[in-house]
Amino acid sequence: MRERLRVDWLINSIFVPVASVAAGFVVAGLVVAATGADPLLAFTSLFQGAVTNRNAFPETLVSTVPYVFLGLGVALGFRAGLFNIGAEGQFYIGALSGVFIAYSIHGLPAVIEIPLAMVAGMAGGFAWAAIAGFLKARFGAHEVITTIMLNYVAFLVANYLVDTPGLMLAPDVSTPRTPDVDVNAVLPIIVAGSRLHFGLILALIAVPLVWFLIERTTIGFQLRAVGFNQGAARAAGMSVGRTMVLAMGLSGALAGAAGIVQVLGVSRHMTDTVAAGYGFDAIAIALLARSNPWGVLPAALLFGALHNGASFMQLQTDVSADLISIVQASVIIFIAAPAIVRWIFRLRPEAAGSVQITSREAKTPV
Amino acid sequence: MSSFLSQLDPVSLLSITLITATPLTLAALGGMMCERSGVVNIALEGIMLTGAFVGYAAAFATHNLWLGVLAAIVAGMLIAGLHAVLSINFLVDQIVSGTVINILAVGITGVFYRNFIESQNVAGPGTLPQWNVPVLSAIPVVGPIFFQNQFVTYAMLALIVIVHFTLFHTVWGLRTRACGEHPRAAETAGINVYFVRYVNVIASGALAGLGGAYFSLQQIGNFLPGMTGGRGFIGLAAMIFGQWTPVGAFLASLLFSGSDQVGSRLQSVFHVPIPLQFLGMLPYILTIVVVAGAMGRAVAPAAVGRLYKKS
Repeated sequence: MRERLRVDWLINSIFVPVASVAAGFVVAGLVVAATGADPLLAFTSLFQGAVTNRNAFPETLVSTVPYVFLGLGVALGFRAGLFNIGAEGQFYIGALSGVFIAYSIHGLPAVIEIPLAMVAGMAGGFAWAAIAGFLKARFGAHEVITTIMLNYVAFLVANYLVDTPGLMLAPDVSTPRTPDVDVNAVLPIIVAGSRLHFGLILALIAVPLVWFLIERTTIGFQLRAVGFNQGAARAAGMSVGRTMVLAMGLSGALAGAAGIVQVLGVSRHMTDTVAAGYGFDAIAIALLARSNPWGVLPAALLFGALHNGASFMQLQTDVSADLISIVQASVIIFIAAPAIVRWIFRLRPEAAGSVQITSREAKTPV
Repeated sequence: MSSFLSQLDPVSLLSITLITATPLTLAALGGMMCERSGVVNIALEGIMLTGAFVGYAAAFATHNLWLGVLAAIVAGMLIAGLHAVLSINFLVDQIVSGTVINILAVGITGVFYRNFIESQNVAGPGTLPQWNVPVLSAIPVVGPIFFQNQFVTYAMLALIVIVHFTLFHTVWGLRTRACGEHPRAAETAGINVYFVRYVNVIASGALAGLGGAYFSLQQIGNFLPGMTGGRGFIGLAAMIFGQWTPVGAFLASLLFSGSDQVGSRLQSVFHVPIPLQFLGMLPYILTIVVVAGAMGRAVAPAAVGRLYKKS
C-alpha cells in the first residue's frame, strides 16, 4: 500500500508535470511549424535567450522572482477553493501603493525603507483582492468575473495616477512615469554585473513561509477546510465568508509583493503602460505546482526562463513571444486533465481523492 | 432643453448603444446556450478573440467579407469544441478549461498575427456594408436605430428571437434545460446528456465567433491583438443580470453599452471634467456591481459547473 502511494505520488507530482511541459512544447512546436517557421530553431534561440547567452541565466532569475510571488499567491487561493485570475491587477495596485511610499520617504536606512515599501505594496494587493473576496462572501459574485473586471479597473487606476500631474506623475519626464524610488529603498544587486537583485532571496524566503502558513497554522487550516468542503467548515464553526476574504486578500498580498519587488529591484519607478500576462502566467505556475508552495519554485523558474527566452526568440526568429501562451495553455490542459496524460502514456487510472483544483462545492454561477 | 436634446442627439446615442451591444449580446446568448445545458463558459472572451482573428484573416485572404464571417463562426465552433472535449469527456474543471482557452486564444492569435498580418502592407478587406431595410429604415427614430445597420447587428437581433424560441419552445430547449438542471434525471429519461451538452457548447462557440466578427469585420475592418478587451466577460455578466434569458441578456447588454456611450458623450459634448480613465472604468465597475447585485436574485441552472459522469 505504501509502495503504491509512493508510486502515485511520483506520478502525480513529478511525472505528470514533466510530461505536461514536454507535451506543451510539442503543441507549441506544431503551431510554429504551422506558421512556416522552424520549431527547432525557435526553441534553440529560446534556450539560448534563457540560459546560455551572456547574462541570460541571471536575467532568467530576475524574471523568476515576481513569478514566485505570483505563483504562491494563486496557489494559496486555490487551496481555499478560490480561482484568483486577477493577480495582474493586484500586482499593479501593489506596485503603485509600494512605489508611492518608496519615492515619498527619504533619508531612512534601507532596513526600514525596504520593509515599509514592501508592506505598503502587499497591503495594496491585499485590499484590491479582498474586494473580490468580499463580493464573493457577501453576495456570491464569482471571483473569476470580479477579479478580471478589477484588472481592467486597476490598469486604468494606474494609468490615471501615473499620467496626472500633481498625483504620481514625476516632474520633467518625457514619457509619463512616477518619480524614482529613494536610493535606500532599492533592493541591492546580489550578482555583480547583472540585474539580479535581493528579491530572489526574498522569494526564496517566501516559499517556506507560505508553506508554513498553509500547512501549519490555524489560518491555513481554515483556508484548506473552506477549500475542501464549505459545509463542513461552516459546521465546524469556521466563518466561511471571513476565511474567503482573508484567503483572497493574502493571495493578493503576494501578487502585490511581486509588484513592489519588481519595482524596487528592477524598474525603480512605474510607467503608465501595462504589460499584460502576469495573471495567466500565475495561474499556469500554480497549476503546474499543483498548488504546492514548494512546487511553485521550479514552475516559476520554468516560466521565468520562457519569459526571458521569448524576447530573444522573437528577435532572432520572428516567432511571436506570444508562443509562450500556447506552451502555458497546453501545460495547463495536461495538468488539469491527468486523464489525457495517463491515456497517452497508458498509465493506470488515478487513485480516488486526487488534488482538486477549485472548489467543487461552490455553487456560485459564472 | 431643446438644445440639450439636440446636443445629446438621442437617436444616434441609441443607435450606437445598439451597435456596441452587439458583441455583448452575442456573447451572452452563447453563454446562455452553454450554461442552460450545464456547462460554464468563461471561454467566451477567447472564443470571440479567435473569431475576430480568423474572420479577419479569412476575409483578408479571400477578399470576401462574408467568407470571413463564416470563418469566424467556424473557428468559434472549433475552439468551443475543445472546451466541450475537455470539460465533458476529460472532466476538466470547467473554469480551468475556459481559462485555458482564453490563454490559448491570446497565444494563437498573437503568433499568427505576427507572422501573417502585421508584416503585410496591403489594404485590409474593409468593413461589412451597411444595409438599410427598405421602407422600415425610413421610419423616424426607429428606422435609424434598428433598420440601418450592418450584418452582425441584424444577426444579433434575429438570434435573440431564435435562441429564445429554441430554449423555451422546442423539445431541444427542454432537453437542454433538463441537462442543466438535473443531468441524472435527464439521462434517466433517455436524454443523451453528453450529446446535448456538446451541441450546446459548440453552438455557443458559433454565437461568440460571430460576436468576434463584429470587432474585426464590422467595427474597424482590422485585427488588433487583444481587441475584444474583456467584452466576453461583460457578456457573461449580462447573461447573469438577464437571468439566463435572451431578452433579459439583451437589455442588460444595452445597459452596459449605453453607460459607456453616455459617459463618453458627457465628456466629448458637455465637457464634464471626468478623467478619461474613469469613463473607461464604467462598464467594468458596472459589471462588478451587477454581478454582485443580481446574484442574490438570479437563479442559475442547478447543475451548471458540476462535472457529470455518465452512469
